[in-house]
Amino acid sequence: MSHDPHAMLTARELGVLGCPICGMVCRAAPQGVDVECPRCGQALYARKPNSIARTWAFLVTAILLYIPANALPIMRTKTLFDDRQDTIISGVLALWRAGSWDLALIVFVASVVVPLAKIAVLVVLLLSVQLGWVTGRRRRTRLFRLVEWVGQWSMLDIFVVVLMVALVQFSTLARIDPGPGAAAFGAVVVLTMFAAQAFDARLIWDAAEGSLHDD
Amino acid sequence: MKPSSIAVCEHCDAVHRRVHLAPRARAHCIRCGTVLYTERRRHLDGWLALTIASAIAYLVANLNPIVEIQLRGESTQASLFQALSATWYSGAEPVAALAALCAFVFPLVRIGLETVVLAYLQLGRRPPALRAAMHTLVHIRPWSMVEVFMLGVVVALVKLGGETTVIPGPGLAGFAVLTVLLTILASFDPDTLWENAERATP
Ligand SMILES: [Zn+2]
Ligand SMILES: [Zn+2]
Repeated sequence: MSHDPHAMLTARELGVLGCPICGMVCRAAPQGVDVECPRCGQALYARKPNSIARTWAFLVTAILLYIPANALPIMRTKTLFDDRQDTIISGVLALWRAGSWDLALIVFVASVVVPLAKIAVLVVLLLSVQLGWVTGRRRRTRLFRLVEWVGQWSMLDIFVVVLMVALVQFSTLARIDPGPGAAAFGAVVVLTMFAAQAFDARLIWDAAEGSLHDD
Repeated sequence: MKPSSIAVCEHCDAVHRRVHLAPRARAHCIRCGTVLYTERRRHLDGWLALTIASAIAYLVANLNPIVEIQLRGESTQASLFQALSATWYSGAEPVAALAALCAFVFPLVRIGLETVVLAYLQLGRRPPALRAAMHTLVHIRPWSMVEVFMLGVVVALVKLGGETTVIPGPGLAGFAVLTVLLTILASFDPDTLWENAERATP
């Protein structure tokens, strides 16, 4: 068996637990005994319980809701001459045609690229853990950190809709109402954030114990 | 090794010996690159001043209209609360509730708890229900989205700017200041707070 260049002493091997709330480190109890963080009272586990199954559950629900979130209109604009329904994509195109290509790009990234990339990355991470991949552990951990950080920015379109609905309420000239796609899109954002929180990145590194080679 | 002298990486479980860092430095996991801990021991009174300033910015942001728009003699304006209630009454209650939690409720809880906890510690006393407060703060942090809301305001204004006249209100300035203050506050190292709490009289 060749040497793993990333081999390091882990908390589990050392018999200690780090608190996810306050960061304190304390000794683990023997198997089957629950440990509470002495400083903040958090229940401590070596790994998040049922991480894989819970992440899949949130993720599959998010994937299913992603379809109505994009197919249904998130906004309906009624004017004297026009009654238009906008999906996320048609809203981006409208911004683009209005000449704000920079904002069109921001909304496109926040509302289309980020949710899709998040779902794709989490699916790959889950599969990589379940298949026991040992390559690219550091790169996969970095991807996970990115997914964690970027999550909340997808809420952008929800706030845009809420503001437009309040502002465009002119008695006769024009009014804007939210569409059914908005609720579905909000649910997708929340579910992908829950999925990222349920995933335990330490599983990426557990797979490599006793492995032969690595990147 | 004593448990208090080590740091555990939350993303790969690697164990590191804690070292003293230069001010504002950050310790990264050598195996996966995740930030382990930071050294930002600014005095508590500085942080307390920041939370009080953000409480004031929060009030300004929420008690004033964010923007007013005019279209052929008619005008409408919206504060955050008006925007949320307009969305609620137009039939999208889940959307209104989600936006209310992320832009209004969670930021309020966060600012309130941080102010109270820091005020107690500043007086040398252990805050009541400190554990519950710290748990709440950790759990709501990813859901408190003032900076995302701020970007949403900008996008909405550009979308409306073509056909209407847009007049920024005091609420907009409040949100801009609040975004900056909360970003600075996010760099606070909670370890400092716990250490102060352990020294404080109950
Ligand atoms: Zn703890
Ligand atoms: Zn690490």
